[in-house]
Amino acid sequence: MTDTTQRATRATTDGKAYWKANIRLIIISLIIWALVSFGFGILLRPLLSGISVGGSDLGFWFAQQGSILVFLVLIFFYAWRMNRLDREHGVNEE
Amino acid sequence: MDQTVINIIFVGASFALYIGIAIWARAGSTSEFYAAGRGVHPVTNGMATAADWMSAASFISMAGLIAFTGYDNSTYLMGWTGGYVLLALLLAPYLRKFGKYTVSEFIGDRFYSKTARLVAVVCLIIASVTYVIGQMTGVGVAFGRFLEVDSTTGLLIGAVIVFAYAVFGGMKGVTYTQVAQYVVLILAYTIPAVFISLQLTGNPIPGLGLFGEHQASGEPLLARLDQVVTDLGFNEYTAHNGDTFNMMLFTLSLMIGTAGLPHVIMRFFTVPRVSDARWSAGWALVFIALLYLTAPAVGAMARLNITDQFWPNGTDGEAVAIETIENDPAYDWMASWQQTGLLGWEDKNGDGRIQYYNETNPALQERAAAEGWSGNELTNFNNDILVLANPEIANLPGWVIGLVAAGGLAAALSTAAGLLLAISSAVSHDLVKGAINPGISEKGELLTARIAMAVSIAVATYLGLNPPGFAAQTVALAFGLAASSIFPALMMGIFSTKINNSGAVAGMIAGLVTTLLYIFLHKGWFFIPDTNSFTDADPLLGTIKSTSFGAVGALINFVVAYVVSSMTRPVPDDIQELVESVRVPRGAGTAQAH
Repeated sequence: MTDTTQRATRATTDGKAYWKANIRLIIISLIIWALVSFGFGILLRPLLSGISVGGSDLGFWFAQQGSILVFLVLIFFYAWRMNRLDREHGVNEE
Repeated sequence: MDQTVINIIFVGASFALYIGIAIWARAGSTSEFYAAGRGVHPVTNGMATAADWMSAASFISMAGLIAFTGYDNSTYLMGWTGGYVLLALLLAPYLRKFGKYTVSEFIGDRFYSKTARLVAVVCLIIASVTYVIGQMTGVGVAFGRFLEVDSTTGLLIGAVIVFAYAVFGGMKGVTYTQVAQYVVLILAYTIPAVFISLQLTGNPIPGLGLFGEHQASGEPLLARLDQVVTDLGFNEYTAHNGDTFNMMLFTLSLMIGTAGLPHVIMRFFTVPRVSDARWSAGWALVFIALLYLTAPAVGAMARLNITDQFWPNGTDGEAVAIETIENDPAYDWMASWQQTGLLGWEDKNGDGRIQYYNETNPALQERAAAEGWSGNELTNFNNDILVLANPEIANLPGWVIGLVAAGGLAAALSTAAGLLLAISSAVSHDLVKGAINPGISEKGELLTARIAMAVSIAVATYLGLNPPGFAAQTVALAFGLAASSIFPALMMGIFSTKINNSGAVAGMIAGLVTTLLYIFLHKGWFFIPDTNSFTDADPLLGTIKSTSFGAVGALINFVVAYVVSSMTRPVPDDIQELVESVRVPRGAGTAQAH
């Protein structure tokens, strides 16, 4: 009984810190998400036009290949980081 | 062997496989019917999600859209993959933790309101049904071409197949069937692309070949492509020609729409644990990326191949002779696609050659006058035939063409089945059990789900047979609706404890109605031609086309929900606790009772 109460208290205090860390991770990830697609792929493409990639420029590469590759890395990084965060804060599934 | 026979063998064998799996995996209980008993491995689930997601639009249309527009249509590539980042980070793990079966169930519980649940059901049904219609049309066209039956017969055969495994299999049948469909469709998409990439660049990976060297000319492939298309007066392939703001907004709408489409979200209810929901989204994108990284290469290489076929002596030489088109086996694809009415040419100046160029370009008009051309003679080239005709254009062996036929059908059928499942669960679980008859037995619920599926198939088949002429518009509508109604409600439900029942309902309705209104103003009321007040060439608001409005609708949804919530009664404590509990994975194993 005491054991479960203790665990519950720990979960609530840890829950706040856990959620904060999660939000921080989401914001960083979404900044990268927007940077490679809306940024490098569209808006900042003129700035990157000096860097040529096989017959076109870096912005074109990001729009047709790079952004997708970065999205993949982002999702797996987030999943890996969150699973670690779950354990650190003791909120992982049994 | 005759090509039609090869096609029938490939399509027939793939169908036998899908139906076999559906029968083997027949669902018994409600839980299995909707969510495969939550026993689906993340990799398996990712593959099925990929098949579910990649529809006829991805498989058949997208590369063609990129091929004939170039860089500006990268929006589809970024939009339809970027949505998965939103799904993985903002929705999937929390909805899995919540532990219910449907999207509207979450909205109903979180916003403690039957109205919210019903509004969500309506959004979901409209978005899904419109999307199914497009798939059914695709099924009809693909069957029509490859089995050489008319598209009506093709569509009816397709409807029967979809009915069989969606109705009898439920989610589990659909999950494993969709894994098989994914394998067929990805092989069908990548094998011809690898062949063509090898032919043109010597690189077996199409995504690398795209940035490689064009072996015949020794120039980079994209530089070569830019050169030949501008020679013919078309826009430079890699250049940005359209409006930047609209391009960004359209990309964002596709991303949010992806994360708001109920049949995709539902997938994440079927994994065993919260951590698996996170991995699942990643695996789904791995399998989707295989096609999406290949598609731009398919588009660019096909454009180059087609241009070379029409200008065999180079863009400054003589155009292709009609005699060659009629007799050279390399041009056989033109005759077979001409029959479908999606490809057409006409020797306007009677010189026995077909000049393909941009007749609206002043520089080319000068050249035309000097050389005696009377306008562009490739009078009709439908974007949608590009992927299906691609292996024929590149002269690939007959079995590759048969495989592409099976792949195109797999793409259309798998998406149709996934959508039908989302619709049937919305009707039986949310509408009937949730609102009309809460006391319904499990058997009755299953029966209702199957009847709902049958009715949706009938409606979609009917509209697919009598297309109101709005294939592209319906897809835009489906995305706009999902983006403006479902996604914001789900996100606010998880990330805010302040948004209350009135706020959510007002937000969803505001997002939905403004988006619908904006689409109808540009495409005609209920898509009836000539009832539109504006066109996408000259839109109501700045440069915002009706297809890009979903993101604006989503913003309206957020703002209205926030304002209304701040003026009405705050969220009760037990709901705030519910939100807190959804945010942590612990305790996800215990699925709540119904």
